[in-house]
Amino acid sequence: MRWTLIIGAILAGIAVLAAGMSFLWTPYDILQMDVPNKLQPPSAAHWFGTDQFGRDILSMVMVGARTSIAVALVAVGIGMGFGVPLGLVAAANRGGLIDEVIMRGNDLIFAFPSLVIAILITAAFGPSAVNAIIAIGIFNIPVFARVTRGGAMPIWTLDYIRAARVAGKNRARISVEHVLPNIANLLIVQGTIQFSLGILAEAGLSYVGLGAQPPTPSWGRMLAEAQTFVTLAPHVAVIPGLCIFLTVLGLNLLGDGLRDALDPRLKVMQA
Amino acid sequence: MLRYLARRIVSLALSLLVASMAIFLLVEMVPGDPATFMLGTGAQPDTLAALRDQLGLNQPLPIRYADWLGAVLSGDLGVSFTYKTPVAGMIADRMQVSLPLAVMALALAVAIAFPVGIFAASRRGRVGDTTVMGLTQIGIALPNFWFAMLLVLLFAVRLRLLPAGGFAGWDHPVAALRSLLLPAVALALPQAAILARVLRSALIETLDQDYIRTARAKGLTRGQSLRRHALRNALIPVLTIMGMQFSFLLAGAIIIENVFYLPGLGRLIFQAITQRDLIVVQSAVLVLVAAVILVTFLVDMAYAAVDPRLRAR
Repeated sequence: MRWTLIIGAILAGIAVLAAGMSFLWTPYDILQMDVPNKLQPPSAAHWFGTDQFGRDILSMVMVGARTSIAVALVAVGIGMGFGVPLGLVAAANRGGLIDEVIMRGNDLIFAFPSLVIAILITAAFGPSAVNAIIAIGIFNIPVFARVTRGGAMPIWTLDYIRAARVAGKNRARISVEHVLPNIANLLIVQGTIQFSLGILAEAGLSYVGLGAQPPTPSWGRMLAEAQTFVTLAPHVAVIPGLCIFLTVLGLNLLGDGLRDALDPRLKVMQA
Repeated sequence: MLRYLARRIVSLALSLLVASMAIFLLVEMVPGDPATFMLGTGAQPDTLAALRDQLGLNQPLPIRYADWLGAVLSGDLGVSFTYKTPVAGMIADRMQVSLPLAVMALALAVAIAFPVGIFAASRRGRVGDTTVMGLTQIGIALPNFWFAMLLVLLFAVRLRLLPAGGFAGWDHPVAALRSLLLPAVALALPQAAILARVLRSALIETLDQDYIRTARAKGLTRGQSLRRHALRNALIPVLTIMGMQFSFLLAGAIIIENVFYLPGLGRLIFQAITQRDLIVVQSAVLVLVAAVILVTFLVDMAYAAVDPRLRAR
């Protein structure tokens, strides 16, 4: 199903493009208030309407995309940076003590309710985008460790790995030179999924006031602020929500499409 | 089986111990002094010191951890700094909202996911399957708190069918159920989408097995072989996901509880963090984490009892 790849790439592309463009240009200054024109519905002057302070919602969602994407991207980076090496080590020592310790540690992190711990972390270190990144990133580590180990295990039984061992390569070198390239597809797909989950998590944390702080716009906080005005002007709540929804949908479709494209065997079987 | 059981019990005890340490340390890192929070900034220094002493806040870290753990093991979860009531009672009160909410949401998710997943699997690769799977993508991508807001806008504000928030208490069962309905729907839909996809995958995998082919060869229709043979075998991954979802629903409803002003466990933890009521945070998070670890353990044990291959791992 190539259409998932195309639609996913378009939706995710729009979000990335809007975020990138916001560094150079936004239709209005996001700090510029225009109270007489507050809560205006979408119009030619303000494509997405205005919020309770008369700020341009299109400009705000463009800058908000920056926050969402940056937080989710760095959180994926943290997850991969720690999780992939841990997974490789566990697979290289499969069945051994190190493997057991790493995997039980993983189970332990999985047992913690991620949102509660994220709230605790942001409460401990103060609400900010950086702490939201750390909180989301920590929970990406076991995901990548597990996926890496799962993907690497069958590779260790293949003939060319045996050949590499006979050739005198140690386990670390084999992991990096032979195992890692063979699970790259798997990691790209998982990265896309964690990226979309990161955007949802950031929106959730910002919504309860523990993500990016004012005046930095974020989709989650725009929703929280909109809640009071939702009956007067539904567009203030509908638009940021749609942005989150479409970006997450795009990334999920992209992940699905990539998986199909990179591994045709999974096409029919996997959901 | 006995050796496997012993190994898993040791592992369970270790997990619980490490979890309790992690929670304790994490809560220790929350800045702000509970005594100052309780007495206000205008309190006399000697009163503050006396209260800190009374709360045991002056003890060294390992002693405080040991005291806390010892009390927890004997069933005493401490007394809230803010409300001066036993934490165990507060958690029990909040569970009266969180538990029914989680059960309702999971029941709704299952009620949606099973027909959808079975339908998609029985029409694998055809238009019906593609359409339904496309719809589940939408369900997964929906931020549940936004979906909750839209539900309130439609059912509470426009149609005035259901309350927009608050909880009437179980003295009025009908009103209580009505106030839990919208939050349950908001929580259930994304979970239903995930569950439907897992069920579809598991069913399709089972449908490729030889025994299904045999059943078909003996004259069963595709639908009959699916219901009688495939569904039962596809349930293991589905039950695993349901176990995870239940603990997620119990703990992860914080944001939804905030949208609907529901006095659940999630909101208790959230409020306790903002009030620096650390003992409540510690104990409530520990209860949640212990519940998740225990459920995982029990599910593992049940599988091992049913499927001997799993004990060999």
